[in-house]
Amino acid sequence: MNFPVKTKTDFKVVGTRVARPDGVEKVTGRALYGADFSVPGMLTGRVLRSPHAHARIKSIDTSAAEALPGVKAVVTAADFGVPEDMSLRDVQDNCMARDKALYDGHAIAAVAATDAETARAALKLIKVDYEVLPHVTDVDAAMAADAPVVQQDRADESVPEGSGPNVTNFFEFGHGDLDAGFARADLILERSFRTEATHQGYIEPHACLANMSADRGELWCCTQGQFLVRELCAGIMQMDASQLRVTASEIGGGFGGKTTVFIEPVALALSRKSGRPVKMVMTRDEIFRATGPTISSSMDIKIGMTKDGRITAAAAKLRYQGGAFPCETVSFGAQAAFAAYDLEAVRSLGWNTLANRPKQAAYRAPGAPVSIYAVESVVDELCQELKLDPLEVRLLNAARDGTKASYGPTFDQIGLVATLEAAKAHPHYAAPLGKNQGRGLSCGFWFNFGGNTCVSLNINNDGTVGVTEGNPDIGGSRASITMMAAEELGIPYEKVRTVITDTNSLGHNDVTDGSRVTFAVGLATIKAARAAIEVMCARVAKIWGIDEDAVAWEDGYAKPSGPNAGNFDPMSLAEIAAIASETGGPIAGHHEVNAEGAGVSFGVHLADVEVDPETGATKVVRYTVFQDAGKAVHPDYVEGQMQGGSVQGIGWALNEEYIYGEDGRLQNAGFLDYRIPVASDLPMIDTVILEIPNPGHPYGVRGVGETSIVPPLAALSNAVSRAAGIRLHELPMSPPKILKAMMSKD
Amino acid sequence: MVAVTLWGSLREFADGQEVVEVEASNFKQLLDELGRLYPGLQPQIRRGVSLAIDGRVYRNSWFTEVRPDSEVVLMPYMKGG
Repeated sequence: MNFPVKTKTDFKVVGTRVARPDGVEKVTGRALYGADFSVPGMLTGRVLRSPHAHARIKSIDTSAAEALPGVKAVVTAADFGVPEDMSLRDVQDNCMARDKALYDGHAIAAVAATDAETARAALKLIKVDYEVLPHVTDVDAAMAADAPVVQQDRADESVPEGSGPNVTNFFEFGHGDLDAGFARADLILERSFRTEATHQGYIEPHACLANMSADRGELWCCTQGQFLVRELCAGIMQMDASQLRVTASEIGGGFGGKTTVFIEPVALALSRKSGRPVKMVMTRDEIFRATGPTISSSMDIKIGMTKDGRITAAAAKLRYQGGAFPCETVSFGAQAAFAAYDLEAVRSLGWNTLANRPKQAAYRAPGAPVSIYAVESVVDELCQELKLDPLEVRLLNAARDGTKASYGPTFDQIGLVATLEAAKAHPHYAAPLGKNQGRGLSCGFWFNFGGNTCVSLNINNDGTVGVTEGNPDIGGSRASITMMAAEELGIPYEKVRTVITDTNSLGHNDVTDGSRVTFAVGLATIKAARAAIEVMCARVAKIWGIDEDAVAWEDGYAKPSGPNAGNFDPMSLAEIAAIASETGGPIAGHHEVNAEGAGVSFGVHLADVEVDPETGATKVVRYTVFQDAGKAVHPDYVEGQMQGGSVQGIGWALNEEYIYGEDGRLQNAGFLDYRIPVASDLPMIDTVILEIPNPGHPYGVRGVGETSIVPPLAALSNAVSRAAGIRLHELPMSPPKILKAMMSKD
Repeated sequence: MVAVTLWGSLREFADGQEVVEVEASNFKQLLDELGRLYPGLQPQIRRGVSLAIDGRVYRNSWFTEVRPDSEVVLMPYMKGG
C-alpha cells in the first residue's frame, strides 16, 4: 500500500471543531474521577504528616492507634523495603519518610479505618518522637557551604569541588567566545532574578482506591500515566508488574503534577496489611504541602547588545531548588533559556540544590518558564535602554532553520520567525494603550518529545471503529486521536470511539507529558489504521481475485487501482467489516513505537496590563498568544492549551507563590491564600495558531501543551515595567511589591 | 567516526574536549563507545541521556542510525510536564 503524506489542504476531519466525546459526561457530573470509585468493604486511608520542616524520626509508636476500634491497619516506613534504585527510593521516601522528615507535610505514617472520623482520630494517637533539626527553604541559603544538610552525599560527579553540601548536580551548555562577544556590545546588562515555587493547581485532588491481596493488586487512581504508576508501585511493593493492574480515572487537571505517586503505594500497603480495599483522597492542604510544586529559583543573567539590537553574547547562571530530593530540572531551564535566539556566544550554567521543601514535580515545560522569564526580561530592558522595538529585536536575533541552538543541535524546521511575524502583523501590537497601561512581549520555547506508545484499533462488525490507547486524556486527546483515526480510515468522526485502557490491556505507554500524546499516540493511531487498511485491502483483493497491490484505499473505500485491476464496485469499510468473519476473521490494526521526531515548539505572547498606582494591583486587559502547532488537529483544544498555559503563567507572574515561615512551614496551603487567576480576573485570551508542519509526523503535528506557560512570566513583567515605570526582578509581582517599587521610584 | 558534542559540564570527563569522535553506526553503539572511551561519562549515561541527531532529539532509541556526517549532540534525558 502506498500512503501519501497528507497536506494541509486535503484533510476532511483533522482541523475541524467536532464535539468533544467527554463533554456531556463531564458537564453532567457522570464522568468518574479519582475520588468517585467505591467498592464494598472499603476502608478510608489517612496520612499523618510532619509538622516540622526538618526532623529526625527517633521513634514512632502506633500501638494506641492500632488499638482504636475501627482501625484496620497502620503503616510506616518500616512496612516498606529499601529499593536499591536510588530514584525509586526517592519516590518511596517521599511517599513515606524514612529516618527523617524532610519538609513540612512529609508523610510519617498512615492509617486505614472503617470511616474517616476514626482514621483522623487514630492519627492523633500516633506518637512520633522527633529531634528537630535546622532547616533551609531558601534557594540561595540552601546553596551555601554552611547550610543545614538536607540529605547527605547526594551530589553527583558533575558538582564542582567546594560546592555547598546540598548541591546535587551541575550543568553547563553553550558555545562561542563570551568575552569576545561582550567586547562587541554597545550595552551590557547584568541582572539578578528570583522566582518562588508555584503549584500546578489542578482542581481534582490526588485520589486512589487500592485493593491488594498477598501478591496481586488492583489500583484505580487519577494520574497522568497508569503505566508509570504500575512501575513505581510494583517496585515499591516488591511485586511483579503483571500482578498489579492500574486503571486511570478521568483526570481533573495534572499539568505535570500527576506524573509520579504520592498516596498510591501507601494505599496499597494499607490494603495489603488490612486485607480490605482502601480509598485515599488528599485534602487541598496536603496537596499544597506534600505534592509537587515547581522549583524556586535564583538567577543571574548577562546579555550584551549592539545599539542596533544585535545580541553579541549572553550568559546565565541558574540556581534551582527542587525540594528535598535531587532533580535535573535546572538542566531543562539552562538548555531552554536562550533557545529563541541565534547566538554566536552563549553560556548557561545551572545548579540544583536540595532544600526542606516538597519534592518538586514537573509543571508544563519544567524549568523553562523561569529561565526564559529572566532572559526575556533582560532583552526587554536592553530594548528600553537602547530605544529599540522589542519585537524587531526578537526578529533580528531569532533562531531560524539552520540556527545552532544554544543547547547544541541545529534547528531544522521551526516556526519562531513566522510566529513573531504574525505577532507583528496582528492589530494587538499596534493598538493604542490607555493610562497606566503597558505592553509586554516574550518568546517561549519547549522541546517536546514522543516516547513509548501502543495503540490498538479494531474494526467492528457494524463498520464502526474502536481505538484503545494508554494515555489519560488531559487536554482532549481522545477527540484528537478519534479524528486522526477517522481521517486515515476515511470514515465519519462519529463512527470512531477512543478509550483509555488499563495496564493489562496494552503494552507500556509513557506518561501523558512532554506534549507527547497528540503527537505520539496520533502517530501510532495513524499507523494502526494503516495496518487495518492493509488487511481490508487484502481481503477485498481476495474477493475480487486480483493482486493486493491492485487495491487502493480512498475515502473509506477499497477501490481497484491501476490499469489491470479490473472493474469492480468499491467496497466500503462497513461492507468489508460486515463480512469479516467470512473473509478471515476480525480485522484490527495495532502499532507499537518509541516515537521520535516530535519537533520543538515556539510561542510569542503579547500582554497589555494596567497597573493601579494606588494599590499596585495589575490587571491584564488584553492578551494574545501566537504559537506554532504544526497541524492543529482540533483547533478548540489547541486554543484551550494556549489559553490554559497562559493563564497559569499569568498566575505565576502576578500572584502565585509558596510562602514559608521562619519555622520552615508552608503558610498558604489553600486556594484562599494561594491565589490562582479565575475567569473574572482575565480578559479573553486571544489565540493565533500557526501551522508549520512537523516533518516528523504524518500529519505534521507538534505538541502544544507546554510552550504556552513559558512566555507569560516575562510578557507580564515587561508589560508591568512599561506600565508602571519600574522593573521588578522577582516573581510573583504581587501588589505590595509593585507598590513598594513605585513608591521608591517616586 | 562520528563527532559527538558534549555539554559543557561533561567535558572534564572527556579530557576537556567539547567534541569527541567515536566509532558507531547507531545510538546504542555510540553511547557504549562513549562510556568505554571516557568512563567518567558512564554515571551520566546510566542516569539517562538523549541524543540530538541532525536536529532531532532521541531518547532510548538504540537502533537509530548515526552516520559519519551526522550532527550528534549529547543532551540530558528529556522529560516534560
